[in-house]
Amino acid sequence: MSSWMAAADPLYAHGVSWAVLIILVIRLFIAFGVLMTAVIFMIWFERKTISDMQSRIGPERWGPFGLLQTVADGIKLIFKEDLIPAQADRFVFKLAPYLVVVPAFITFAIVPVGGTMTIAGHTVQLQVADPPMGILLMLAMSGISVYGVMLAGWSSGSKYPLISSVRASAQMISYEAALGMTIVTIVLATGSLNTHDIVTAQAHGIWHWNVIRLGIVPFVVFLIAITAELNRPPFDVVESESELVGGFATEYSSFRFAIFYLAEYINTITMSAIMVTLFFGGPAGWAPPIPHFKWVFPIIWFLLKTTIFAFSYVWFRASLPRFRYDQLMDLGWKRLIPLSLGWMLLVAGFLISRAWGFLMGALVLFAWFLLLRAFDLGATRAASDSSVLATVGERPIPGPVLRAMTDGEEQ
Amino acid sequence: MIAIAYALPSILVFATSALLVLVGAVGVIVLKNPVHSALSLIMTLFGVAMAFVAQSADFLAAVQIIVYAGAIVVLFLFVIMFLGVDRREAVRVEPLVGQRAFAGVGVFITTAGIIALMARSHWVTGPPAVSSGGVAASTGSGNVRELGTAVFTTYLFAFEATAGLLIIAVVGAVLLARRERSVTPEEGLA
Repeated sequence: MSSWMAAADPLYAHGVSWAVLIILVIRLFIAFGVLMTAVIFMIWFERKTISDMQSRIGPERWGPFGLLQTVADGIKLIFKEDLIPAQADRFVFKLAPYLVVVPAFITFAIVPVGGTMTIAGHTVQLQVADPPMGILLMLAMSGISVYGVMLAGWSSGSKYPLISSVRASAQMISYEAALGMTIVTIVLATGSLNTHDIVTAQAHGIWHWNVIRLGIVPFVVFLIAITAELNRPPFDVVESESELVGGFATEYSSFRFAIFYLAEYINTITMSAIMVTLFFGGPAGWAPPIPHFKWVFPIIWFLLKTTIFAFSYVWFRASLPRFRYDQLMDLGWKRLIPLSLGWMLLVAGFLISRAWGFLMGALVLFAWFLLLRAFDLGATRAASDSSVLATVGERPIPGPVLRAMTDGEEQ
Repeated sequence: MIAIAYALPSILVFATSALLVLVGAVGVIVLKNPVHSALSLIMTLFGVAMAFVAQSADFLAAVQIIVYAGAIVVLFLFVIMFLGVDRREAVRVEPLVGQRAFAGVGVFITTAGIIALMARSHWVTGPPAVSSGGVAASTGSGNVRELGTAVFTTYLFAFEATAGLLIIAVVGAVLLARRERSVTPEEGLA
C-alpha cells in the first residue's frame, strides 16, 4: 500500500504522519483561497478589459481601480431575497448549483501550479492532488457539471430555463468528444495520464511543449472545445440574452445565483490552467539561479501563462459574435470531432515510425475527403420536392412540438 | 473463505461506497419522479466508481463516471425531459399478465445465485486482487498500462467486436431517425 501511495505523491514517501496531514490541509486551504481570490480578480479583470475594448470606464467606485466591485456585488447578492418558483422541484432546484460548483473546485485540484518544495523534510508537490487517473478527472468532472446546468433548467419549472438546459447539455456532451480526443493525443505522446508527468515531459524547453510537438491542431481544437464546454462567448447560446432571458439560471436569485456565477468563473480560470498544463508546459520556464527561492519562479511562469489565456477568453467575448445553435453543433460534430480523431491517428502513426506516420496521414486525408463529400451530398440532397428534411437551420419547428417542449402538460 | 485483515480506512471506504450504491439503487425503484430516479442512479454509479478506486482500478472509476454518469444518464434525462414523462407513473398497471410474479422469481434466482457463488468460490476480490498484481503496484499508472495491454492484445477481438457493434447501433439509430416522409408544407409549418 505504502509503495503505491509513494508513487502517487512524494508527500507520503515516509508514511502518513500528523505533519503530512497538516501540510495536506494547508495545501487545500491555500488552493481554495487562491481560487476564490482569483475569481474576484477575474470578474474585475473581465469587466475592466471589456470596458476598455468598448471605450467605457467600467467599475471604478469601490476600491482602487474599482477592485472591490466584485466584493460589493457579492455582498449585495447574498442579502437579496432567495426566491424559489412555485412550479419548481424544490429539492433539485436547491441541489443544482452545488452540482456545478463542486466539480469546478475539484478540477482545479489536478493542476500542477509549480514544481516541488521541501517543508520540514517533506517533499511537497505544489498541486492539491495527483491521482493516477490524472487528466481523466477533468473529463469526469465536466461530465458531472452537465447535470448542474441541466437540472437547474429543468427544476425551475419555467420554459426558457428548460430550453437553455437542453441546449447546454447537448452542447457540453457534443464538445466533450472532441475534448477527449485531443486529450488522448496528449496522453499518447506523454505515455501517462498524470498531469504531473504531462508537465514533466514538457519541461525541457519550448520545443517540447505539446502545442508545438503535436502540431498546432490539437491545441486549436482544445481551445475551441473548451470554450464551448465553458458556455462562454462565442458559444454562449445557453444564456443568449436576446433569446432565452438569462438562460438556465433565470429563476435563480441571491446566493444560489452567486454560486452559478462563481462556478462559471472558477471554470474559466481552471480551464485556462488546464490548457497551460496540457499544451504550454505548465510551470515550465526559465528560473534564475537564486538559492532558496527557486520554487517561486515556476509559480510565476504558471500564473503568467494562465493570465494570458484568461485574457484570451475576455478577448473572445469582446470581439466574436455569438454562434447560432445549429452552427455550433455543426462545428462540433462535423469539423472538430473528425479533425481531432484524424490528428490523433496521425500522431499515433508517427509515434511508431515515420513510414507508419505517412501511411496514417494518407489514410486520414482519404477519410476526411470521403467525409467532406458525404457532408456535401447530405446538405444538398432532396428526396422529393416536399421532403420534410430541409437544411437544419432552415427547417421550421412544428408548432405543436415546440409547445409540447416548452409548456409541458399545462396546455 | 479468504481471511484478510482489513484496515479501518478500507472498511470505511467500502461501507461508504456500499451505502451509496444501495441507497441509490433503492431510490431508483422507490422514487416517484423519473428525474429523481435518474439522480439516484447517478449516486449508485458514484458508489461503484468509489469501489473501483478502493480497488485501485482508477481508470475504470474514471471511465465509469465519464461514460455512465457523464453520458448515459444524461441521455436518460434527455429522453425524460423531451418525452415529458417527468411526472408520476401509474405503477399499478401491469402491461404483461403476471409480470410481478415472474420478476419475483427472477430476483430470487439471481440473489440466490450470487450468494451461492460468493459462499462457494474464491473470485470475491479482496484488497490484493488488483493492486498487487506484480509491477502494477510499483508505478502509479501501471494499472492503466496493464489494462490497455490486455485490451489491445489478449482481448483484441472482443474489443473490436464491441466497437463494430456500437458502430452498427449508431448507423441503425441514424437510419431510423432520418426517415423521410412526404408531407404537405402546411403540416410541417403548422
